[in-house]
Amino acid sequence: MSRFPITRTALILLALGWPAIAAADALTGQTEQQAANWPAILMFSAFVLATLGITRWAAGRVRTASDFYTAGGGITGFQNGLAIAGDYMSAASFLGISAQIFADGYDGLIYSTGFLVGWPILLFLLAERLRNLGRYTFADVVSFRFAQTPVRLFAAFSTLAVVLFYLIAQMVGAGQLIKLLFGLPYTYAVLIVGALMTCYVLFGGMIATTWVQIIKAVMLLGCASFMAFAVLWNFGFSPEALFARAVEVKTGLAASAGATPADAATKGLSIMGPGGFIKDPLSAISFGMALMFGTAGLPHILMRFFTVPDAKEARKSVLWATGWIGYFYILTFIIGFGAITFVASNPDYLMPDGSLKGGGNMAAIHLASAIGGDIFLGIVSAVAFATILAVVAGLTLSGASAVSHDIYASIVKKGQANSADELKVSRYTVPVLAILAILLGIAFEKQNVAFMVSLAFALAASGNFPVLVMSLLWDGCTTRGVVVGGFVGVLLALVLTILSPAIWVAVLGHAEPVFPYSSPTIFSMPAAFLAIWLVSLADKSGRAAVDRAGYPAQRVRAETGIGAAGASDH
Amino acid sequence: MEQRGEGQGAQAAAATRDIEQDERYQRLVTTRSRFGWRLTIVMLVIYFGYILLIAFEPHILARPLGSGVTSLGIPLGLGVIVAGILLTALYVRRANKIFDRDLDALRRDYGA
Repeated sequence: MSRFPITRTALILLALGWPAIAAADALTGQTEQQAANWPAILMFSAFVLATLGITRWAAGRVRTASDFYTAGGGITGFQNGLAIAGDYMSAASFLGISAQIFADGYDGLIYSTGFLVGWPILLFLLAERLRNLGRYTFADVVSFRFAQTPVRLFAAFSTLAVVLFYLIAQMVGAGQLIKLLFGLPYTYAVLIVGALMTCYVLFGGMIATTWVQIIKAVMLLGCASFMAFAVLWNFGFSPEALFARAVEVKTGLAASAGATPADAATKGLSIMGPGGFIKDPLSAISFGMALMFGTAGLPHILMRFFTVPDAKEARKSVLWATGWIGYFYILTFIIGFGAITFVASNPDYLMPDGSLKGGGNMAAIHLASAIGGDIFLGIVSAVAFATILAVVAGLTLSGASAVSHDIYASIVKKGQANSADELKVSRYTVPVLAILAILLGIAFEKQNVAFMVSLAFALAASGNFPVLVMSLLWDGCTTRGVVVGGFVGVLLALVLTILSPAIWVAVLGHAEPVFPYSSPTIFSMPAAFLAIWLVSLADKSGRAAVDRAGYPAQRVRAETGIGAAGASDH
Repeated sequence: MEQRGEGQGAQAAAATRDIEQDERYQRLVTTRSRFGWRLTIVMLVIYFGYILLIAFEPHILARPLGSGVTSLGIPLGLGVIVAGILLTALYVRRANKIFDRDLDALRRDYGA
């Protein structure tokens, strides 16, 4: 382990365990190109054809900006819950968390819990209010009673920052994963992802993006359920038997690596408790904060609340999403331990030196082959790739809406843009973002992508989350307060991340990090809240009076939805 | 986009005042936000309690339950996930049954 075990494990898991996709090798080096896997390629082609069919169907329905951004508000709570879960349960959660459990056992569960607990918070404090106040983007909500231009500038900046860091990581991860699974060269892989995602978003807008996400979520849940069931079936549905066998396998591996019997037994048993996470409590807490509160500030997730018709459906969608995501994490826990028992001791899946063929992240993929043969391996590989595409499409849509709705329609046109022009601007933005993502994906091929993802989360927790909470819940909040506070949070998170071991030492090659912790959130998030509070208190401008006077009307609408624009407005 | 004319603005302000002074509205908002914050605090305590346990007393989580290898950390970790789902369900249940009923009455009276 490195000097800061939490740093490395945390960052790797952020990259892996989260919608950001990256094979373990993708983080630090090159993945080995594999031979073409034909069942996987066939399955994947079937998925692509089906989703392009949906895009074609959806394209006929995208007529207004509302259709494009929010599927006309016609998505039900159940469908939206699945789509949100799809945004969350990436190939990375699936491959990354099961790989973490495969390597260290219990630690994988710690991440799963962090990934889940943001959802209840989002529901209790934000979800319904978001739906009642907003139409297309979370900036609609924040700027409800504030001066449009500065607030939307901040929102567009932070949305694009979060989306871009996320996109780069996705593209790099996708390229590595495809290279690994399908035997395609990296550049082709990145180009394919970029081209497909442009099709989905450009022609199908939110309708196609949502349905692609739903199909993928169902496929992923189906595959993971089958794998977990097969694992438990082999152990007579006794978790204790599964864990005992896993400990036995790990003990055997340690013994054959030359440990004394006592050490080997300790090593084997260590997978049943927390490991590397404990070295640095402050980083652990800061990282936990980024996971929990970052979730409630991710623009592509917040945008999903505008696709349902009202607050009631928004609320239901969180319950469905939380249920599916929680279920999925429990499955990955079983799959990870299953991989220890089926894969770790099977020479078919190992390199001569005992490491996993194709890299550490392939544990679940090998388990699929062990329990279902080549066909199931193909299905699981295709599903793993499909998830990347869907997540990338959602991110791009969110970035495009920040440009067309927040910058073009609200700032340039002062809210007077017609729906057709706004739609046109989004459609110009999508290929630009795609080309940008492809170029950055290629440029960053050899780069460590983990920090970009951790950055995206820290930025969301330090900028969007405090800004949303304060503007929604505090009557004294002013335009100047949220803009200054939001920028303080985002920029502080950015600067501290650059000074942290992940960049300052690993990328820039300095000997000692200026900022020794893995996540800036424990400092940058409170700093944002404090700045919003202090600046608002000190704000005696004329605008501040208007901002404060606007609170009652905002509150009534946030709480009751009275006067809320139905998302379905055509 | 909110685009209100002067006259409409005054009208909207009056409507806001009416709703704000409605006792049912005040009761609904107070009860709901108190409930939301309570659940938020419960979730924060559960999650950060778990994180602090990992940060400072990890051996407690590694302790086996009974004679097998299954450790206390496994039901606790899975328990955090299940608690998150249950708290969410609790909120949605109460909101669907009680808050929505009160809200519908308000919305009827104020023409939404």
